[in-house]
Amino acid sequence: MNHNFHLVVDNVEKRFDTKQGDFLAIRDINLRVNRGEFVALIGHSGCGKSTLLNLLAGLSLPSNGVLVCAGREVKGPGPDRGVVFQNHSLLPWLTCFDNVYLAVERVFGGKEPKAKLKERTEDALKLVGLSHAIHKHPNEISGGMKQRVGIARALAIEPAVLLLDEPFGALDALTRAHLQDELLRIVAETKSTVVMVTHDVDEAVLLSDRIVMMTNGPAATIGEILDVKLARPRDRLALAEDSNYHHYRKAVVEFLYAKHKKAA
Amino acid sequence: MSNAITLPLVASSNVTERENKRSAHEMFVETAKLTSEETSDSRAAREAELANKMRRRRERVSSLVHATVPALVGFALFVLVWQFLAQINNQIPSPAKVWAAAVKLFSDPFYSKGPNDQGIGWNILSSLKRVGMGFGLAALVGIPLGFMIGRFTFLNRMTAPIIAILRPVSPLAWLPIGLLVFKAANPAAIWVIFICSIWPMIINTSVGVQRIPQDYLNVARVLNLSEWKIFTKILFPAVLPYMLTGVKLSIGVAWLVIVAAEMLTGGVGIGFWLWDEWNNLVVEHIIVAIFVIGIVGLLLEQLLTRIAARFEFNEKS
Repeated sequence: MNHNFHLVVDNVEKRFDTKQGDFLAIRDINLRVNRGEFVALIGHSGCGKSTLLNLLAGLSLPSNGVLVCAGREVKGPGPDRGVVFQNHSLLPWLTCFDNVYLAVERVFGGKEPKAKLKERTEDALKLVGLSHAIHKHPNEISGGMKQRVGIARALAIEPAVLLLDEPFGALDALTRAHLQDELLRIVAETKSTVVMVTHDVDEAVLLSDRIVMMTNGPAATIGEILDVKLARPRDRLALAEDSNYHHYRKAVVEFLYAKHKKAA
Repeated sequence: MSNAITLPLVASSNVTERENKRSAHEMFVETAKLTSEETSDSRAAREAELANKMRRRRERVSSLVHATVPALVGFALFVLVWQFLAQINNQIPSPAKVWAAAVKLFSDPFYSKGPNDQGIGWNILSSLKRVGMGFGLAALVGIPLGFMIGRFTFLNRMTAPIIAILRPVSPLAWLPIGLLVFKAANPAAIWVIFICSIWPMIINTSVGVQRIPQDYLNVARVLNLSEWKIFTKILFPAVLPYMLTGVKLSIGVAWLVIVAAEMLTGGVGIGFWLWDEWNNLVVEHIIVAIFVIGIVGLLLEQLLTRIAARFEFNEKS
């Protein structure tokens, strides 16, 4: 059926039961994601992009339609999808190592010896450049480093899809740029399939293969999908001069501010 | 108000001045030693460092003085007022008389001449033992119950009205029920401690469970953690600070209540001893008992605060 695609979203609709009655958040969502593809979901706040990501994560279930991840229907959260939350969500009483180990143990626990689990944890933290802070607690490291641990935790379980919910939204601009570069490197190294929610146009163009632009809610849906055909590896400095980059950037900005301007 | 503030300040500035003179002298001696062997350049550096060290030490001493002097002044005033009251009402023993009685009591705290005449050490220990047992049983029941009430809304709604009615009841009101059921004073007193210390533990634990940030539970959900892992890695550590606050509140209440309960039940214990001394009209012993109760209560709370501090984690930053 859809075996060619790694991630399939088919006619998905999500309603919420609120005090004001039935609320249609997103409707008619159709999306196909290939293996190894990086897709960004962009839109104004309230457009339901996080709702869609939660559906992919299995944290909530669709009111209508089907989601399929790596050939299996999404019926709840599962270790085939690694999630990075906006606010890092590390457990403050565990060290960076233990935070990642918790995930590794859950997924590979029964199958592999302890030494191997430990190695996986260390490798994941090394991948995000945190080998030196491995035994620190979250309150001892910076916000950017916490988010790296979050990414390490999500990647350590070798998920079929990496889901990022505005992962750099809470960081300052310089740290954010740095982590975007790191994410480019990590995704290239691990060949991960990524779906990322963002509200940052530059972030979307820099990182993605495709940008899914969503209309405003309620009853939001996919407005346009933009293919970003920029060669990889991408370099922030080189792209700053690239006319294609500016073309893509302009397309997204036009969608957001001309076609689907949000009343403030 | 202004008097109370100026008094310690005057006292502390005197002390710091003395400290200044002493350190200036030390500095002189040490620099004299240095001159013989070092070049002027490094000597200047050493001197600057030394002066810095002195300044830091002075700051440390003065902050210590600022902390302790007001407390000492407070105590002095307290004793002064007490002395004054003792002078106008000769039924109240003077501080000196109470001090002498305390020294005598604590010189042999563990004598035992029959069940009604035991050393003050035995009395304190028996009270602590009762508190420990009642409190321990309350923790065994209250903490798991708190977890369940926090985790299951149905249970919360089921128990909330009962807890709301029973919690404001003075623990001593439960004493007759204890005497009726257990037919003995000692278990009845433990029962009263159990009842009074269980509420803060149930309530704080359940509130802690309800306030676990959704983020942590989302982590558990996306990782599909087992119930056991959720409990040991997320629920328990997240609730621990709340739980320990409940435990701390409980021990304070338990210690308050044991004195009253023992006055009613008799036996060996600091509350009973206090009442016994009232019957004997040894007022200085009553005052000793008041101080002992206060100090033991303070120590219990300090102990639990220390334990709680070890398990505090820093959520923010």
